[in-house]
Amino acid sequence: MKIVQQKHPLAIRWFHWLNFPILTIMIWSGLMIYWANDVYRLGWGNMTLIKFFPHSFYEALSLKQRLADGMALHFVFMWLFFLNGFLYVAYTIFSGEWRYLIPGRHAFSEAWQVLLHDLGFNRPFPPQTKYNAAQQIAYTAIIVMGLGSLLTGLAIYKPIQFGWLAFLFGGYNFARILHFALTVGYVLFFIVHIYQVVRAGWNNFQSVVTGFEVKKPVAVPVIQVTEPEPE
Amino acid sequence: MEPTEHPVENWSEEKIKRRTLLSFGVFTAVGLAGIFGWRRYLTQPANDNGLTATPRKVLTFNENLNEAYFGEHRLAPTYPVSRAAKPARVNGDIGINTDIDLAQWRLEIVHPEGARSEQVALADIKSLPKQDIVFDFKCIEGWDQIMHYGGVRLSDLMQKYNFGTKSDGKTYYKYVGMETPDGAYYVGLDMKSALHPQTLLCYENNDAPLTIPHGAPLRLAIPVKYGVKNLKCVGKIFLSDERPRDYWHENGYEYDAAL
Repeated sequence: MKIVQQKHPLAIRWFHWLNFPILTIMIWSGLMIYWANDVYRLGWGNMTLIKFFPHSFYEALSLKQRLADGMALHFVFMWLFFLNGFLYVAYTIFSGEWRYLIPGRHAFSEAWQVLLHDLGFNRPFPPQTKYNAAQQIAYTAIIVMGLGSLLTGLAIYKPIQFGWLAFLFGGYNFARILHFALTVGYVLFFIVHIYQVVRAGWNNFQSVVTGFEVKKPVAVPVIQVTEPEPE
Repeated sequence: MEPTEHPVENWSEEKIKRRTLLSFGVFTAVGLAGIFGWRRYLTQPANDNGLTATPRKVLTFNENLNEAYFGEHRLAPTYPVSRAAKPARVNGDIGINTDIDLAQWRLEIVHPEGARSEQVALADIKSLPKQDIVFDFKCIEGWDQIMHYGGVRLSDLMQKYNFGTKSDGKTYYKYVGMETPDGAYYVGLDMKSALHPQTLLCYENNDAPLTIPHGAPLRLAIPVKYGVKNLKCVGKIFLSDERPRDYWHENGYEYDAAL
């Protein structure tokens, strides 16, 4: 017999794995749209650190001359992205799962310890339940970012009918930049996420498919009683 | 409140194996079904407007939703004249004939009932109250630019020449169609957008008569739509209850191009 702990409810596993292809399609089609006017870069003055994006990037992902395709895909799959995200949030609220997710009062100092620990400094790992504080912050942030993508997306999709929303995001142009920056954020999140999943190992990964995790047997301290030697 | 841990149970090795296999089996099956569905989505035959059936249906659904929400009181933001780009960007020349004889130009207004049509000279259009608008022109490609146009409200023109409504004088047609004189470029507009107070037929850009690349002698400026609907060099206006043909719609874009 082994000790098994239920970790991820079935619904959350579905939302998680559905979101992956849906978000991938949203990013891919978004890049087709961005290609038609690819003006963003990271740099100062005339110095460009990163150009979004180099020519070879569009070639490699076959993104060129596909504005109509991209818009059609984006405005179909936005519904799935919205629906999946909405159901996830609703489930998380009503099931009480939010308790594991929302960072607590000491989350930031704990997350700092987690970061130092992960970077190899010999710091104690703070006690945690389902997620550690760094995970709580990252996973909560990604939900807020998802909402941000929906709202900035709506603001630039219908900037006159939702003029107040475009205004709230600093105008049409700034809302477009935010919409783009959030996507860069997802890609960065994804890279760290994959790295951490690999680090955490198979038992952790499989729990996002099966729902349960096999617990390591806890070492029970053995008390040995030795007879005192007769004098 | 401190969250409690999820429940812990004792499972046999066999049960763990069985449950793992089941979960990964479902995971793989759903994944394969997803890939199959995605390939089917991509390989549906294209219809005559540049898109396959499913995305076209969803886009039409989006457009109906937007039309239901559309408010003629919601205006595009306007700017001081000083912020208008000089010169304004020119993008696209479909339907633009550089040899056009501007003196010979007339706007043809086609009335569907009785199929009578009217030829209106630019001077007659200019007799209507002049409107100036400085708005952020948004291209579907993603760029935008503040532009200054001067002209007359399409709704004023419709009133003056008594078109747009049916014979009862009250019910509007559902759509307004516009085409370049050669018919090479054409757009369809829903009536609400056509009647929008910021929808103008313009003969000036930056206080000067339109240049030919900007659509001389008369062009549409419709801030509630992407640039693709801002037809240059209007030759003909007509009315319909069916959606008029639309150049970019035929090329796989949304019909309404609404902002």
